[in-house]
Amino acid sequence: MKLHEYQAKQVFADAGIPTPESTLASSVDEVVEAAEEIGYPVAVKAQVHVGGRGKAGGIKLADDRAEAEQAAEDILGMDLKGYTVEKVLVEEAVDFVNELYVGVTMDRGEGKPVAMVSTKGGVDIEEVAEEDPDAIAREHVDPAFGMHPYQARKAVYDAGVDREVASDVASILTTLFQLWDDSDASEIEINPVMITSEGDVVAADAVMNVDDDALFRQPDLAEMEEEAAEDDLEAKANEYGFDYVRLDGNTGIIGNGAGLVMTTLDLVDHYGGSPANFLDIGGGAKAERVANALDMVFSDENVDAVVFNIFGGITRGDEVAQGINDALEQFDEIPKRVVVRLAGTNAEEGREILNDDLVTVEETLEDAVQRAVEYADAEVEQ
Amino acid sequence: MSVLVDDDTRVIVQGITGGEGNFHAEQMIEYGTNVVAGAVPGKGGQEVHGVPVYDTVDRAAREEDADASVVFVPPAFAADAVFEALDTPLDLVVAITEGIPTQDMSKVYKRLGEVDTRLIGPNCPGIITPGEAKLGILPGNIFESGDVGLVSRSGTLTYQVVDNLTSRGIGQTTAIGIGGDPIIGTDFIDALELFEADPDTEAVVMCGEIGGEDEEEAARYIAEHMDTPVAGFIAGRTAPPGKRMGHAGAIVSGSGTGTAESKIEALNDAGVPVGDTPDEVAEYVEDFL
Repeated sequence: MKLHEYQAKQVFADAGIPTPESTLASSVDEVVEAAEEIGYPVAVKAQVHVGGRGKAGGIKLADDRAEAEQAAEDILGMDLKGYTVEKVLVEEAVDFVNELYVGVTMDRGEGKPVAMVSTKGGVDIEEVAEEDPDAIAREHVDPAFGMHPYQARKAVYDAGVDREVASDVASILTTLFQLWDDSDASEIEINPVMITSEGDVVAADAVMNVDDDALFRQPDLAEMEEEAAEDDLEAKANEYGFDYVRLDGNTGIIGNGAGLVMTTLDLVDHYGGSPANFLDIGGGAKAERVANALDMVFSDENVDAVVFNIFGGITRGDEVAQGINDALEQFDEIPKRVVVRLAGTNAEEGREILNDDLVTVEETLEDAVQRAVEYADAEVEQ
Repeated sequence: MSVLVDDDTRVIVQGITGGEGNFHAEQMIEYGTNVVAGAVPGKGGQEVHGVPVYDTVDRAAREEDADASVVFVPPAFAADAVFEALDTPLDLVVAITEGIPTQDMSKVYKRLGEVDTRLIGPNCPGIITPGEAKLGILPGNIFESGDVGLVSRSGTLTYQVVDNLTSRGIGQTTAIGIGGDPIIGTDFIDALELFEADPDTEAVVMCGEIGGEDEEEAARYIAEHMDTPVAGFIAGRTAPPGKRMGHAGAIVSGSGTGTAESKIEALNDAGVPVGDTPDEVAEYVEDFL
């Protein structure tokens, strides 16, 4: 789960990290009011989960009321890489002399967290990692002990941070690690930490992603999830308990098991189609779950045809088939053509049960995908 | 022949009184697995499917001379259950549980480095030696005893590939589902090492997916250390960056590391053919044999 900048900043501020004064706004009037209150210059920042917001026109500076109004009009409602901007953060513009990067993430290969500091802040840190890896100081942290104070100091000195602000930056890193640990974060970073001419350090941006699997023990963060969801369909998927990712193609995909669903997407692409979504219904396929999955895919207006691919391991094919029949019989008219492929335990019995009036049945994965792509193409041509 | 498990393996089921554990313990026993005990705190003294239940893994292991365990404990308590099995100690622990917080696994991973126990998983379907034993939830009926070792990050994709193999008359020595989480016990290289050392494994299938760099590292290992031929499959070619594709570990980072292209290229460079479809993988294996 990704927090929005305004949510992450609140979490950071509550933990004692200095952040600029800011207010969340969702209308032009609110932006102007907030800007007047904070005092100019202010930054107006789109609150969407998109990298490179600044370059894409999602962040604007305003020196007076007219500029604030203009920035609000430009940004609110704009389409930023497929996301509509509904909220902006109006923030005191910090006059800085230097920008740093400070963050903590999980190093998968090492199986332990790594704390990072760089004096190359304000730019995409992954680019820095690729082009100039030595510009990032890294400290792996023993997950059983947590970060020792010396490690925060070492990272800061190794990165070459100015001596005058070194202890303040080390303190920010220590706080960030504590937050990472306490809140089951998967990634947490401030890019940039701004250094002002007075030698103050300020968190000018805030990124915080939380491990979805740990939300059960992070009730406060879990409450932010609804606000963080950006797509109606993705919100619906949360409600149904599906793993769902929306894509921009027109062949809807439902299957069981992440690897097999990904493979089904890849095959749609392989056979010249274009996947509309990833939807893993998980184990079991009771009628209600099947109906919910079909509802999700049918409500995506981009979808022209659907492929339903189930490999029954412990799940039995005949039960799945019954679930699909029951679910589709609830529709007066089935909105999109559905191709079903059943394999594994009791697949043959399942294929017999499936109602040919409601679905097209194919025996192999390859045939099912090709048929669905064909149906989707036919819809486009009409 | 096989790797890691056979019909002599004496197995504890942790969480045998829960819904999943109960159901799959029965399936494992039906398949012929030598399930010798269950372990559930507070349930010691009961019997499930003819198997005695103990309050602790330690007691179960001592009383029944067990050497492996399968963990079907809910995510919030699973890391603790794995620690218990690691500290017993046993030779092999298979963690089926999906959804264990990554920071918990980070602590488990550190402990793994201090003990001799092997962990498979978590978030995996388990391990099966066809005709002998299965530790986990894999559907036994689709597997056949044979010459091919299989290692995979995904459950149902494994079944798909096994189905393609079996329908071409190609059986398996052992199939290992290593799991779809960012931090796992046994990785590709560990499994490949085992298959390379097994005289009966004539070819290996490796099913990877987007996220992390394990496949790239496995490719380097194959190039340098393996004589047994390997065929590969990589799921997630069409996955967009920054989105978790079901598995916690299946995510292409914003900067583009962990992509399918990078993994396929690394495998091809190591002489490993990568199928565009699961059936193409089975075709490559057929050519090897």
